[in-house]
Amino acid sequence: MDYPILSTVIFLPILGALLIFIMKRSSEALIKWTALAISIINFVLSVPLFTNFDKTTAAMQFTEKTQWISAWNINYSLGVDGISVLFVLLSTLLTILCVTVSWNSIKQKTKEFYAALLLIEGSMIGVFCSTDLFLFYIFWEAMLIPMYLLIGIWGGPNRVYAAIKFFLYTLVGSVLMLVGIIVLYLNTGKSFDILQMMATNYPFNLQMILFWAFFAAFAVKVPMFPVHTWLPDAHTEAPTAGSVILAGILIKMGAYGFLRFSMPILPEATRAMAPAMMVLSVIAIIYGAVICLGQTDLKRLIAYSSVSHMGFVTLGIFALNLQGLQGGILQMINHGIVTGGLFLCIGMVYDRTHTRKIVDYGGAASVLPVYAALFIVFTLASIGLPGTNGFVGEFLIILGGFSASKIMGTLSATGIIIGAAYMLWLYQRVFFMETNPKMQGHTDIDLREILTLLPLIVLVFWIGVYPNTFLSIMDVSVQHLVARVNSPGLQNIQPNVAQQIIEVIK
Amino acid sequence: MNIPFPNLATLMPEIIISVAAMLLLMLDFVFKEKSYLALIGALAAGIVLYVMPASYGVTFGGMFISDSYSMYFKLIFIVNLALTLLLSLKYIEREKAEFGEYYSLLLFATVGMMIMASAGDFIVLYLGLELMALSTYILAGIKRHDIKSNEAALKYFLMGAFSSALLLYGISLVYGLTATTDLYRIAEQLKQTEVSSVLLLGMLLIAVAFCFKIAAAPFHMWAPDVYEGAPTSITAFMSVGPKAAGFAVIGRVFYVTFHGLQTDWTPILIGIAILTMAVGNILALVQTNIKRMLAYSSIAHAGYMLLGIIAGTAEGRQSMMTYMLIYAFMNMGAFAVVILLEKGEEIKDYEGLSKSRPLVAALMLVFMFSLAGIPPTAGFIGKFNIFMAAIKAGYTWLVVVGVIFSAISAYYYLRVVMNMYMKDSTEEARISPSPSIGLALFISVVMIFVIGLMPSLLIG
Repeated sequence: MDYPILSTVIFLPILGALLIFIMKRSSEALIKWTALAISIINFVLSVPLFTNFDKTTAAMQFTEKTQWISAWNINYSLGVDGISVLFVLLSTLLTILCVTVSWNSIKQKTKEFYAALLLIEGSMIGVFCSTDLFLFYIFWEAMLIPMYLLIGIWGGPNRVYAAIKFFLYTLVGSVLMLVGIIVLYLNTGKSFDILQMMATNYPFNLQMILFWAFFAAFAVKVPMFPVHTWLPDAHTEAPTAGSVILAGILIKMGAYGFLRFSMPILPEATRAMAPAMMVLSVIAIIYGAVICLGQTDLKRLIAYSSVSHMGFVTLGIFALNLQGLQGGILQMINHGIVTGGLFLCIGMVYDRTHTRKIVDYGGAASVLPVYAALFIVFTLASIGLPGTNGFVGEFLIILGGFSASKIMGTLSATGIIIGAAYMLWLYQRVFFMETNPKMQGHTDIDLREILTLLPLIVLVFWIGVYPNTFLSIMDVSVQHLVARVNSPGLQNIQPNVAQQIIEVIK
Repeated sequence: MNIPFPNLATLMPEIIISVAAMLLLMLDFVFKEKSYLALIGALAAGIVLYVMPASYGVTFGGMFISDSYSMYFKLIFIVNLALTLLLSLKYIEREKAEFGEYYSLLLFATVGMMIMASAGDFIVLYLGLELMALSTYILAGIKRHDIKSNEAALKYFLMGAFSSALLLYGISLVYGLTATTDLYRIAEQLKQTEVSSVLLLGMLLIAVAFCFKIAAAPFHMWAPDVYEGAPTSITAFMSVGPKAAGFAVIGRVFYVTFHGLQTDWTPILIGIAILTMAVGNILALVQTNIKRMLAYSSIAHAGYMLLGIIAGTAEGRQSMMTYMLIYAFMNMGAFAVVILLEKGEEIKDYEGLSKSRPLVAALMLVFMFSLAGIPPTAGFIGKFNIFMAAIKAGYTWLVVVGVIFSAISAYYYLRVVMNMYMKDSTEEARISPSPSIGLALFISVVMIFVIGLMPSLLIG
């Protein structure tokens, strides 16, 4: 296949958004079908990334490179390796589901909604495919605009507060990263090329400063423990599609940032800071899980469970060994599937009951039997039952975490126990017990909704039973990354380190 | 003594605009329809763009310099003039400020700015500055029966006169030490003399006077009141033109004349820049009137641009110039929306705009995000350019301060977006569209995306 596949999957949704933007407001059906068609076509177009992927190399594949801003040596360069390719596919898949789940629930400003959704898809894929740091930053920031609108316009009662909080948190982190990017650029001989940066050894102190600059952006996005407070608000207030995108892909961009930039570009700083990062991760795991026990709002509970699960992801990543990293990446995919699925489920029931309070539910299993059956799959996957995808990811992470630090591995395991407690308790309160009068008279989910959940259910079991399909794709890339991050790079430092450091600090 | 006749070709752009301005004064008696006058002004601006490349050179014994630096700024002034003319056509009719002098004064103010950018001598610089300032004082008060407009004009005049006095005092001190007012000869003289406290005082006074013009804190006090009181088209004109002219002279005076004193003026400007960013961004947060908010935002933007000057490198100066041009488009665009709405001076007026006027709201959204510096708009490219130059010059910590304030600024720009998109209004927003304002909006929004996506056109 000769066409530039990555550019196509990035810009097809963006062009689609423009197309929708010029459509007539009144032709809602046409707008919806166009959005659906574009998202499906985009998914189909992204499948060759999966089938034609060369699993034997850690190099970037499907690369494209064109000069863009010659004065600053900026190139429009794209490429995917075993780590990023899975996220591209996850993005294209989840977007379809976001379109279908919003089919009836978005009633106002339909045109803008689908345009924003497609814009987000395009920029998310752009983030995962960029191999030029400047280009990466453009996509990373540009995505904020439609996401801000998505939360703020179509969200819940407290949406305006949630939207601005989300925007400002992310922006503060991002601009600090921008400073880091410029410093990195000047220290890489004026190049934004990520591959060139990966091959450069920077002095240790510079690496430390840059690590924290990048940390500011990525930790907010993940979100890691002290800067996670935007997430419960944003996830809770966002419309269903927004929550799915946030949980499914957007917060993965933070962890992806660690994998793509912090670790290979700043290996020594990463090694030095890994213990601190693991501590933050374990705090997030336990703290997030404990907070879940006290939640009275369905979406808020799932939102806090994201904090806990992303703690597992960062724990695995900063274990800096093969199992931990593979588990971390796989768990990112898993979390996208499972939490995405849970948010879809909650959105579906919210369309019927218009309440998110757990006390308003009860006995849903007898009223909505099909729905209950599908919901339990995601619940169990979220707990990490063997046979589901959650088990594979968490097992690898704890294995990796345990070999990196016995205490951390042990402590993180308690997160799974509390996780089982809050998820099962949630399921009990919503689906069993006495039938809440408010639950009477609702119809079970229809074919559109079942079809929306089905792909995710298939993936839950696919990864749970045969994770090798996905692990094999990332295997070589992860090995390469582990080798890079654990490489003893110190001997290559020039003698004038001190001078360079002073220059940077000044 | 035989004095050769100076080469006027170098002055051609200024001459054309001046002639057009005087012509307008006379034609005012002929035409009932004042919009023809605007057309003549626009025509003059177009001719200037055409003849400008040929005007390279130095004339009047070095007092007037037309180089690529001044030409870049003249381009900004012409863009500013043209966009203001487009904005004014229908607006001043609506505001009952349709006097022939209006257009004439706009042109005179522009000539003043052009002279400032080209000044090779303090006296010429001062002449240009006064020509610009006097014209804008009148323009700010051109709504004769509006008390706010009167207040704006008087306040602007008093503050402006004060800063002119400071400038003159500074110039005379420097003249006393070097016996010349030529910007380049002063630099040579200063190389041989020792740095004295009198010289530093002179430089400080000059810096303060320029800071008045660019509305940098703590010399910004006039800006919010004047911006609020003046007719909106004039606010738009003032928020770009005099600021650009101020930066043009700062760029020349500090980079050429006081080049040897760089270690002395850098700390002063750093303090001013931090204060300016802080005051502009923090006070903008609490504004309820959009013109006042944009006034504080323009103060903040002056702070970012000062970072380019502080860098002290050719690259830094370049980045400041690029930013100025980008700023012209996005700020003009934002004011164009304010003018387009019949009731659009309060931020509250923007509630529910996306519902009644989706296109207008979308345009405002672009301008707000560009002012906030979010890619893929031009505002991001401008900031990135400045930050890069400053970091390269070693001011990483200052850039960190700058980006934090820039992140804070997102809050008040987003408040407008929030009002437009996330709130509902009971009444339908009324607009007064015209082809000219449509053209101004179109130019602004296209330039924002073109520069944002293809910055190569502007850089290098």
